[in-house]
Amino acid sequence: MKRTLISVLVGATLATASFAASAQPAKKDAPQAAGTVKLSDGVVKIGVLTDLSGLYSDLSGAGAVLAVKMAIDDFRAMEKGKAFPIELVSADHQNKGDVASNKAREWFERDKVDMITDLVTTSTALAVMPVAKEKNRITIVNGAASTPITGKQCTDTNVHYTYDTYALANGTGKAVVKQGGDTWFFLTADYAFGQALEKDTGAVVQANGGKVLGSVRHPFPGTDFSSFLLKAQASGAKVIGLANAGTDTTNAIKQAAEFGITPKQTLAGLLMFITDVHSLGLKATQGMYLTEGFYWDFNDETRAWSKRFFELHKRMPTMVQAGDYSSTMHYLKAVKAAGTDEAQAVMKKMKETPVNDFFAKNGKIREDGRHVHDFYLLQVKKPEESKHPWDYYFVRQVIPANDAVTPVAQSECPLLKK
Amino acid sequence: MFEMLGITPQALYSQLLVGLINGSFYAVLSLGLAVIFGMLNIINFSHGAQYMMGAFLAWLGLTQLAGWTGIPGLQVSYWAALILAPLIVGFIGVIIERTMLSRLYKLDHLYGLLLTFGLALIIEGLFRYAYGVSGQQYGIPEQLQGAINLGFMYLPKYRAWVIGASLTVCFATWYVIERTKLGSYLRAGTENPRLVQAFGINVPLMITLTYGFGVALAAFAGVLAAPIFTVGPLMGSDLIIVVFAVVVIGGMGSILGSIVTGLGLGLIEGLTKVFYAEGSAVVIFVIMVIVLLIRPAGLFGRER
Repeated sequence: MKRTLISVLVGATLATASFAASAQPAKKDAPQAAGTVKLSDGVVKIGVLTDLSGLYSDLSGAGAVLAVKMAIDDFRAMEKGKAFPIELVSADHQNKGDVASNKAREWFERDKVDMITDLVTTSTALAVMPVAKEKNRITIVNGAASTPITGKQCTDTNVHYTYDTYALANGTGKAVVKQGGDTWFFLTADYAFGQALEKDTGAVVQANGGKVLGSVRHPFPGTDFSSFLLKAQASGAKVIGLANAGTDTTNAIKQAAEFGITPKQTLAGLLMFITDVHSLGLKATQGMYLTEGFYWDFNDETRAWSKRFFELHKRMPTMVQAGDYSSTMHYLKAVKAAGTDEAQAVMKKMKETPVNDFFAKNGKIREDGRHVHDFYLLQVKKPEESKHPWDYYFVRQVIPANDAVTPVAQSECPLLKK
Repeated sequence: MFEMLGITPQALYSQLLVGLINGSFYAVLSLGLAVIFGMLNIINFSHGAQYMMGAFLAWLGLTQLAGWTGIPGLQVSYWAALILAPLIVGFIGVIIERTMLSRLYKLDHLYGLLLTFGLALIIEGLFRYAYGVSGQQYGIPEQLQGAINLGFMYLPKYRAWVIGASLTVCFATWYVIERTKLGSYLRAGTENPRLVQAFGINVPLMITLTYGFGVALAAFAGVLAAPIFTVGPLMGSDLIIVVFAVVVIGGMGSILGSIVTGLGLGLIEGLTKVFYAEGSAVVIFVIMVIVLLIRPAGLFGRER
């Protein structure tokens, strides 16, 4: 009996502690002349804090670390060997806010990290941002999506670079309502991101004359969605909005087909990445609308960079990974232009300078930290329309930057009201 | 009455049925754990990884075998995978038992738990490295596509098959262990191995095969799950914690307990999803706490 209890206790402890954070060894730069750039401790240190083992590790994960490394290498090549010393560290935040903030504190205090990037899941982003603010270091959120990141909880040391739920809702939500999908039921992942996505999309649906019939919140991460899907089916809504991500979305799509819910009711994947479409296949996803901040096959520039990434990673980049590259490059250029790695000076330069690369044209970082850039309304191709591997989308519309960002008047960020 | 609960009878029946389907997964998985714990006193933390391996083997056999061998068209069908995957994973289990676990029987439970937990991390890590976490898709076999109209819901044929297959396997296992001579050897072997050995029965072999069988059950559940869930490296770790709770509620090592609680908790979880979906992730653990307070040995467990 005693043995039984002990084993149960240990089991439970192990389960909660599970995968311990694993920091990867830092990659040392050869000491170089810093030139005119004054660095706080002789080196610009970039930390990639991401999901290296969980359900978001395909859309971000090792690919995110690679993208940041590519940016550092390209920056060095651009400076022809005269770049200031740059170091890269990475760690797994396991999509948990407490793990993320502890790691961030350790990085800032002990390891002198100057900038933390990626931060996939809202809970980790919102946990790290105040720590960075307190220590006067920079965060660049590429993975997480909730609007509070540049809303109520915005900080002046943060950039929200790749995408947010407002842009997703405005892209996909509007497009689906226009196609006649005017009654909605939401299947929502029960945490900050899912709730924000549901709220933002619901508002867009209503603003465009649609109606929200109800919603159900499922535990995150989930495996079996049939109960929730049956509820959605019983609601009679024309559209079931999937306010979740990763394997939660792919499982829900698969099971909706099994229960005969599709094609009678339409599914709207409110956050889908190219890795999800790749996993589900075109047969299961054809015709679905989605919104992304980047598509690798958009023009020659995006194709050129993405093919380089593919050579190294064997998968095409998601928007998060492309954003990791672009934002790191923007950051390094800002450090050079500011002549220091002090957060406020670098942030000032980042906000002053427009982003012009394969990822964004004339992108601008607003006072609240939101990177204002174009988005793409995409539709998944039919299997016979796909001409080559990873040829998955039609670009149905380029959503102008200003339509994809919370209007200043509606923003809850105090930084915008100054 | 249904109006009072704010739900139509149709909706309630369909949710109960969905709960039963999930319950049958819990039953097969927790049965494997119970067999292993009951006979070997090992808390098999790699059960989730072995479940995942079963699903992955089915997927590899169907889609990758032709490419590997260079023989176009060579593939293992769903039905063959249902037999082959448990055999292969069971055999791997036998190797693990012979080379590693058998050295730990004299030590505390914790060592077995830590070893199998470590193994699970390694196995999951290898699959993640090779195939990523987004997961692979495994189609529903042709014979089981479509749905049956039950009046209150469309029951996919495949889900009906899952209930039937898992209940058959569960009760066959229970019968063999509790009602046959082989089963009595097994139970005697765990009670007093030296005495049973003295009667000329090869106890170590029996123990090895039992572990192999428990592991094979996990792989069987994995193949059953492949057409429903995304086949990915983390599919087991998402499920295993719940399954451990099921085993604890049923009583560690109790065969019948694990089957009955598996099904029962599937139903309760299904109902929670109807009335308070946010609580569906914790309801099983709340029940676990209550059961441990009232009956520390579990519902069907015996005090030792």
